[in-house]
Amino acid sequence: MNMTKHTISVLVNNQPGVLQRVAGLFGRRGFNIDSITVGESEEQGLSRMVIVTTGDENTLEQVQKQLYKIIDVIKVVDLSSNPMVARELALIKVNAEPAMRPEILGVVDTFRAAVVDIGPHSLIVQAVGSSDKIDAITELLKPYGIRELTRTGVTAMIRGSQK
Amino acid sequence: MSIQNPTKVLKEELREKLLRPDVISGSESLLRCLLLEGVECVFGYPGGAVLYIYDAMHGNPDFHHLLTRHEQGAIHAADGYARSTGKVGVCIATSGPGATNLVTGIATAYMDSVPLVVITGNVATAAIGTDAFQEADIVGITMPITKQSYLVRKAEDLPRIIHEAFHIANTGRKGPVLIDIPKDVSAQMAVFQAPGPVAIRGYNPTVEPNKLQVDKMLRAIEESERPVILAGGGVVYSDASEELIEFVNKTNIPITTTLLGLGGFPSGHPLWMGMPGMHGTYTANKAIQNADLLISIGARFDDRVTMKLDGFAPKAKIVHIDIDPAEIGKNVKTDIPVVGSVKEVLKQANPKAKRAQSDEWVEHIQQMKEAHPLRYKDSETALKPQYVVELINDTTKGEAIVTTDVGQHQMWVAQYYKFKNPRSWVTSGGLGTMGFGFPSAIGAQMGNPDKLVVSINGDGGMQMCSQELAICAINNIPVKIVVINNQVLGMVRQWQEIIYDNRYSHIDLAGSPDFVKLAEAYGVKGLRAANKAEAQAAWQEALNTPGPVLVEFVVEKYENVYPMVTQGNTIDEMIMGDSE
Ligand SMILES: Cc1ncc(C[n+]2csc(CCOP(=O)(O)OP(=O)(O)O)c2C)c(N)n1
Repeated sequence: MNMTKHTISVLVNNQPGVLQRVAGLFGRRGFNIDSITVGESEEQGLSRMVIVTTGDENTLEQVQKQLYKIIDVIKVVDLSSNPMVARELALIKVNAEPAMRPEILGVVDTFRAAVVDIGPHSLIVQAVGSSDKIDAITELLKPYGIRELTRTGVTAMIRGSQK
Repeated sequence: MSIQNPTKVLKEELREKLLRPDVISGSESLLRCLLLEGVECVFGYPGGAVLYIYDAMHGNPDFHHLLTRHEQGAIHAADGYARSTGKVGVCIATSGPGATNLVTGIATAYMDSVPLVVITGNVATAAIGTDAFQEADIVGITMPITKQSYLVRKAEDLPRIIHEAFHIANTGRKGPVLIDIPKDVSAQMAVFQAPGPVAIRGYNPTVEPNKLQVDKMLRAIEESERPVILAGGGVVYSDASEELIEFVNKTNIPITTTLLGLGGFPSGHPLWMGMPGMHGTYTANKAIQNADLLISIGARFDDRVTMKLDGFAPKAKIVHIDIDPAEIGKNVKTDIPVVGSVKEVLKQANPKAKRAQSDEWVEHIQQMKEAHPLRYKDSETALKPQYVVELINDTTKGEAIVTTDVGQHQMWVAQYYKFKNPRSWVTSGGLGTMGFGFPSAIGAQMGNPDKLVVSINGDGGMQMCSQELAICAINNIPVKIVVINNQVLGMVRQWQEIIYDNRYSHIDLAGSPDFVKLAEAYGVKGLRAANKAEAQAAWQEALNTPGPVLVEFVVEKYENVYPMVTQGNTIDEMIMGDSE
């Protein structure tokens, strides 16, 4: 079986309980969720979830069909079968004594990340990009001591005019 | 075939009265909406959170409610009503324990795609989330076992929600819908406004099939030499029996019906092979394994049907007709998927359907049926459970509505009762819920007041909902209740004998009540039989007695259900047991 990552977007009625139904479905049917993001969509009353899941083609097909069975799910799109833009944001609180800061800023610059808060002994770095990029910057900041890390999970859309 | 009016035609006067834009409470609005949906009878049990609703029922001559003795009885009754009539079954319970007592019944209906609208009370909106007295998050608890659920926030939303709930429950792949009504909402006053047409953006079940797929199926049939039809509950649920008979006659394809498909095709038809799977017939199982084309019609390749998946129907091209696209390819790789309602698919297929090249195959099937019929070793001393089922079958000509509980007796009824009509068979297939058999018969009888309803139960399962005897007695609901008493949890005993090497662990039902006395304690006539002569006499007396009667048949303890396919084997690896 060929296990790959799939990025799916799910347009839902913004009803209480929808997130629970979607997340519950993944749990109950043994589909895994690598990440899930939810927010408003272009249409009032509808939210869009972007879910990253790992599985073979069969699983992906089942995930999509089972999602469609949820009454409040309006549209399901397998983004990753198209050219897509996928982005994630991370906030990384890293140990940074004044003497170490230039070195850290070097890493931040290389990744076109930004420092969004400066404390007496630490910095908060904000990185935006593909999950791989976030992984990479995290790896490079590790030696300085990461105090706290939070990632939004992937949000994504298909490139070009196709909706 | 007798199918009831799908919607009761309301008297015009009553309809007008119900539609008036009066200022009424949420509770009154609920009752009006249920009546507008054509609900004839609601099964329920009151409590604190539904007091306003029950108050609205008081003195309402148009609304019919049956008080059960347990919420589980109420929901199984609603389920039996729905399966036997095709209409939506409705039940009501209070918050907290009332609602959680419904959970098994909701799961039972969900697994078998039965349309129910389940109404629960909840604590007042302001108290939700505070662990208030008798609060339970029933919407959350039942999310994985409902097709949809609603927590009502405002009384004025009730008409829309109820109308949507009925629509969702009884269209597409049917299923239970839960409506949770906080106590303050049931008291809130609002101007009643009848619901408009249903418009749910994310919900458009595919009813009409893709023509090209139907044509592909027809071509595959013409080319096939060893075709088999596997028909399931979808045939019954879409009222497609007549279309199926025509399809089978035109194509000359042997047919097997799953547990839930029984009655969907007349058992007297020469091309019928019985049930497939774990306790299926020799012929049905062998036919599937040797088929070159398997057409699943409204069945979902349940593991009790397929048994070992790889090795199931190994030579067959698979056609799968289902209203639920998610079923296609879920368990079995499908060559020709057809998404749509079974009835619409067959309606499209029938005018163009041609005969398969199946003459030789049909002859082979007939020979198998003759050589390997279902059989059991009868006895002149001990009463055999299969004999009891045959007796019931012969005396009711296969035309009664029969409900069962779960276990050996369920399989014997599935094997030996020769169903003639759709919706005459009510059993919990997917969830296999003990305690379902008897209360579901009460619901079936309420929906079919003029028909004979027979409820066949094990001595174990009968004790899971026997409190509902009170309902039969007090309302004179004339269900003929059968208890097949083998003094053990028979199906579990059979597994322990065959798979666990006779290590009988906790299957002895010693201490069970005297079922005749139990019935009589509730005011229901009770009879007992322990041999053939007594069985014939007692059963005849039960049939001749108006009103409810319980008949206990004391049967052989160590009887097994055969054929049997054990876990890990393909369906043609059958243990034939005493029968061969
Ligand atoms: C609620 C519930 N609990 C347990 C089971 C497991 N189970 C399946 S069949 C069976 C035995 C049923 O015994 P009985 O009602 O006497 O019927 P018989 O098999 O003897 O016909 C049991 C315990 C079940 N299906 N449902």
